[in-house]
Formats: sequence, C-alpha cells, structure tokens
Amino acid sequence: MKKISLIPVLLVGALLVYAAQDFPEWGSPNSPASQSPVSSHFIANTGVDTEVPNMVTAVLADYRGFDTMFETVVVFIAGMAVLAILKNSSKKKAGSKEFEVDVEPDLIVTNTVRLLIPVIQIFAFYVLAHGHVSPGGGFQGGVVMGASFILIALSWDLDTALARFPADRCTLVAGLGIVLYAGIGLLSMFLGGEFLDYAELAQIFPVSREMARYHAMLGVEIGVGLTVTAIMFSLYANLSTEGRLKGGL
Amino acid sequence: MFEEGAIINELFIERLNYLIYVVLLLIGLHAMISKNNLMKKLIGMSIFQTAIILFYVSVGVKEGASIPIYLPEHDPHGSHVSLGAGNETEEASHGPVVLEAGLIKKYANPLPHVLMLTAIVVGVATLGLALALCQRIYQGYGTIEEDEILAKIEREEMRAHPSVAVKSMESSKPATSKVKKPATKSKESSTLSAKRAKSNPKTKAKTAPSTSQLKSSRSKSASSQPKTSASKSSSAKAKPATSKPKTKAKPQAKPKAKTTARPKSASTAKKTAPSKAKPRTPKK
Repeated sequence: MKKISLIPVLLVGALLVYAAQDFPEWGSPNSPASQSPVSSHFIANTGVDTEVPNMVTAVLADYRGFDTMFETVVVFIAGMAVLAILKNSSKKKAGSKEFEVDVEPDLIVTNTVRLLIPVIQIFAFYVLAHGHVSPGGGFQGGVVMGASFILIALSWDLDTALARFPADRCTLVAGLGIVLYAGIGLLSMFLGGEFLDYAELAQIFPVSREMARYHAMLGVEIGVGLTVTAIMFSLYANLSTEGRLKGGL
Repeated sequence: MFEEGAIINELFIERLNYLIYVVLLLIGLHAMISKNNLMKKLIGMSIFQTAIILFYVSVGVKEGASIPIYLPEHDPHGSHVSLGAGNETEEASHGPVVLEAGLIKKYANPLPHVLMLTAIVVGVATLGLALALCQRIYQGYGTIEEDEILAKIEREEMRAHPSVAVKSMESSKPATSKVKKPATKSKESSTLSAKRAKSNPKTKAKTAPSTSQLKSSRSKSASSQPKTSASKSSSAKAKPATSKPKTKAKPQAKPKAKTTARPKSASTAKKTAPSKAKPRTPKK
C-alpha cells in the first residue's frame, strides 16, 4: 500500500518540478505576479482610494471585502459545525474520567499568566486597531485575543476560562462579528452605493469619502476580530473536552 | 555544473523555493494517501497547506522591494515620521498621489499576502472541524485507524443487512458496491435463474438446472457475506417458480430445504460474529 502510493506521489512531484522550471525566478520583479495590473493598481492607488498605508489591509477589507466577509463566514460555520458535531456526543463516556489529570493549577504558571494576559490582550487590541498602518488586522488580532483565553484555560482549567468567556457568549460574539461586517456592507448599500462600498458612509459621517473607507475598514476588521476570537476559543474548548465543556485539559 | 541555463542551476539556485514547496507538498500528499491513521492524514493535510502557502508567499517576493506598507514619503497622511525635511512635508501635504511605475517596484506584491492571510485562518478553522470529526469517529468506532473503521462499518452493515435485503434487491446495491466481486456475481446468477424459472415454469428439464445452478452459485460464494441478501431474495422468487412444475420430489425438496436453512444459519453466524468481535476492538 505504501509503495503503491509512492507512485502517484512521485509522478505529481516530477510534474511539479518539471513545471517549476518555467516559473519566474526567486524575487524577480518581472514575474507575472508582480507585473500584473491588479497588484500594480493596488500598490499605486491604495493611498489615493482609501488613505490606508497598509496595502494588505486595504486589499483585504476593501478591495476584496466580499471575499473576506465570506472567509469570516467560513470560520463561523466551522465553529458552529464543531459545536454541532461534538455537542452531547460523549454521554456514554462521562464516567471515564481516569485519563484526565486533575491537579491544582501551578502557582508559578498561574501568576506568570496573570501578569501576561493583560499584555497579550492589549497587544491584540493594538494589532487589531493598528492594522491600517502596520502589519496587523482583524484576523491577527482575533487570533491573539483568542490565544489569551486559551492560555487561561491551559494554565488554570477550562472552567476558569469559560467563566470569563462562556460558550454561549462565544456563539453570540461570533455571530455579532459577522452581523457587524455585513451590517457595514448593508449600510453602505442603503446609502446608495453597492454592498460593501464604504465610501458612501461619508454621507452620514463627517469625513471625506476616502476616510470613510478608512474607518469602515476598521469596523469591518473589528467584526472579523470578534468572530475569530470567539471561534478560536470555542474550538479549543470543544475539542479539548470532546464537547463536554468541563474538565478537559 | 552551476553555469547559466543548466538544469541544476535553474532548480537549485534560482528556483529553490519551488523545489522546497514541491517537497513539502509531496510529503503532505504521501501522508494523506498512505497513512491509515486519520490524525496523520490531517498532519499531512496541514503540511500540504503549508506548501501552498509557501508557494504563494514566495511568488509574492520582489527583489529590492519593501513590505507592502507605504514608506513615510508615500504615506497618504503625510510624512509625519520624517519631520526634519521641510520640503517633503509640503509635498505630502497636498494629499496622496498615485505612485508612478518606478515606485511600484519598491513595494512587494500585497495580493499573495492577503490571500494567504485568510487561507491560514480558514485553514485553522477547518482543521478544528476535521479534529472534531475525528473525535466523533473515535467515539463511535473506538479507533481512528482507517482500515479498522472500514472493517467495522462493513461488519455493521452485514448485521443490518438481512432485514434490509428481503425488501428488495435494489436496496442491497449500496452494500454490494463495497464488496464488488462476489456480490455482483451472485446477483447476476440469481436474477438469471429467477428469470429462467419464471419464463418456463412448466418444463421439467430447464427448472432443474436452474435450481442446481442456484445451489452451486450459493455454495461457491457461501463464505462471502453480502451474498445472502441476493440468495435470500432469489430464493423467495425461485421457490414458487420451482414448486409449480411437477418434478420429482428430490430436486424440489432440496432447494426448499436449503433456501430456508442456509440464509438463516448464515445470518445467525454473522450476527454472532460481529457481536463477538465488537467488544474486542474498543478495548485496544
């Protein structure tokens, strides 16, 4: 079986290596990807269109806003699917607790984490809010924020983390993020533009059309951050306890 | 060896990134194909994903370019960083301008970064979903080894089979697709014999071979399990057909006795077999 599977693998490898000879050289400024009018347009016009210095954020939340919205929806659906799959699935095994380690939280670990958590969470907000002018954004900030809750669960136990961020609220916050994202898109649609055409928001906010896009992007990123935070923690909570949401690691 | 145009030079010096991505991709692909453990398959999938991410990001590399964030002199909000130069701030104060072609080369391509940024997060989410499915499979089957799971599914289907199969032949199709060889063979032979028995029930000579054929086909694949569904249903059809013509007592009695006795014994044997085997495997 293993030797047979090597044949297609090696065939694919030979094909890919053969194709790689025609790929552009490493770092070549003349590669098709760098020469394409799309990315050239993004680099040249992001500043004019949106006043956002970070092109990645501008492309993510504005030019490709539709894509990002549904990526967020995918994250949300994955989280909900995990809930649906694991909820009430392990009733039979409720008695099998012998594998779980039940020890007191370590003093050094908990005190270090106690000092660390606020810094991590403030850093998450910084990454989220500063995503326009430096590397960062909703996905990154959301993951950092979710990691802080996972750290609580790892250093104390899951119950402590769930007391701070209950599972129900996870679902609520995740849904809220998507509603926020789609709401900004719908608001700009009702103001006369197209869906996710943030420039129309300038009609109700005292800013220029470019700055309206700038600030709407922040709102959209906050929505993404909320969803990602909640889903990351909910994934951990469900997977580490097989959906029981107590005990666990 | 490393001169211009040589294939070694092309692949190992100028396009090393593609070679690494191919190797990573192959590792992931091999793990997904050949490993039995679902968790190892998932690890392979993650490696595969990493290879694709590496490919995209390495395509986005531009020599001599900065990260895709405007430098202070191109910052749309003016050069608040370089406060020293007076003329520069004046230039920036008239608002953002479209960059010329020469300056575009100074910034890396933002598009691959955007695509991979979302791909990583979505990859994490889908990996979580896959892990949840693995946990559920483990709860259901007590194992995450693919071959053991398949064996268990097959055995469970065998157990559920007799009750399903009596209703209709077509319902046995999904089950037969898994164990192709004996199932299709027995089905063909049984339908053939049933047809024959129906079409000419009065002739003595032809019914006798058909029953004997049925018998022989059954005895051939008596060990194969999905056969019983076909043989049972075929026996139900064949029975009235064979009873109609007045033949000798011997050939008539034989299929009756066998068709009633065989499937039952076979099904009971199967029922006992999985129930014996089932508690054994979860212990592992």
